[in-house]
Amino acid sequence: MFRNFLLKMFPRSLWVYHANSGGCNGCDIEVLNVLTPYYDAERFGIKLVASPRHADVMLCQGPAMRSTAAALKRAYEAMPSPKIVFAIGSCACGGGIWHDLYNVIGPIERIVPVSYYIPGCPPRPEAILYGVALAMGLVDKKVIPTNLKQEELPIPRYHPEDLIQQESMPVYKKLEKV
Amino acid sequence: MSFISKIRETLICLKAGRVTLPYPYQPRPAPEKFRGRPIFDASKCIGCAGCANNCPAREILVLDICQEIRILKYLGRRCTYCGRCADVCPENAITMSKDYETATNNIADIQQKLELFMSTCQRCGRCFKEPSPLEQLKLKGYRFDDLANERWIFKSKSYLDNFKVSDDIHIELD
Repeated sequence: MFRNFLLKMFPRSLWVYHANSGGCNGCDIEVLNVLTPYYDAERFGIKLVASPRHADVMLCQGPAMRSTAAALKRAYEAMPSPKIVFAIGSCACGGGIWHDLYNVIGPIERIVPVSYYIPGCPPRPEAILYGVALAMGLVDKKVIPTNLKQEELPIPRYHPEDLIQQESMPVYKKLEKV
Repeated sequence: MSFISKIRETLICLKAGRVTLPYPYQPRPAPEKFRGRPIFDASKCIGCAGCANNCPAREILVLDICQEIRILKYLGRRCTYCGRCADVCPENAITMSKDYETATNNIADIQQKLELFMSTCQRCGRCFKEPSPLEQLKLKGYRFDDLANERWIFKSKSYLDNFKVSDDIHIELD
């Protein structure tokens, strides 16, 4: 439903504003890599613009920091609606490995609402292209949450029925696990 | 002279061909040493929580819901794919896959949750008296589970009073 809504709201080219709120510049380089002729995001109509007032999409890299969160919020509010936000990299998605520092607020979804997440540190240019193509409805989502359960204990417990006689010494059947 | 150079330039441009990848329409395999997202194998895991203690992003969470069952949860949102968990795992239950197409519109999609059997003391059935290394970490303030409200709480060491920003980092279950 959300995708149909997006396709209806953005029938033509997406203009992209590129906001870094305190990342390490790794994701920025990958985003600029996507715009090169090798990956060529411009065949989907994606164009980098310098001002958030011209943009439809904001690409956010880096966690929300205490010093830049207000500026990020202002850039988001300056964009004309409808607007979508991509969180690129693990800092923007979850706060990064310095998530509990005093100057890091956390993921950018605490400051601005995020529509699409592209995890990775940094994500490959293909991953960013995949996220953009997912937003435009060209590909399908490939990840689902997984719940795994153990059927039996992986290490041998004391079960007398698992004991076997081997050269005058009782050993467990599942001993090779240990 | 300039005309000839233009012709030469045209020939060079024709020779270059097309370099753009047809990526979203055709798959592109990752290179040999690429580390994608980790895949957990529940049948091999012994629940030692070494991965949780070694994760630099504190992204693998451990919760003992009862005597016999331990839940290991990989949230995946902060993961930097450093591969330390796969490196430290004694049973090789974690493999770094080459899966990089993890873009999603719901961040809970990349979670992995493992329900593990833990054995108790064969004699008394209760847990051990001495605190385990994990509980020692808990006492130091690395992590804490709020069982009553069913959520995970990180107790950060960078806690400062009167600062709402650097409050404890709360992670909701879903």
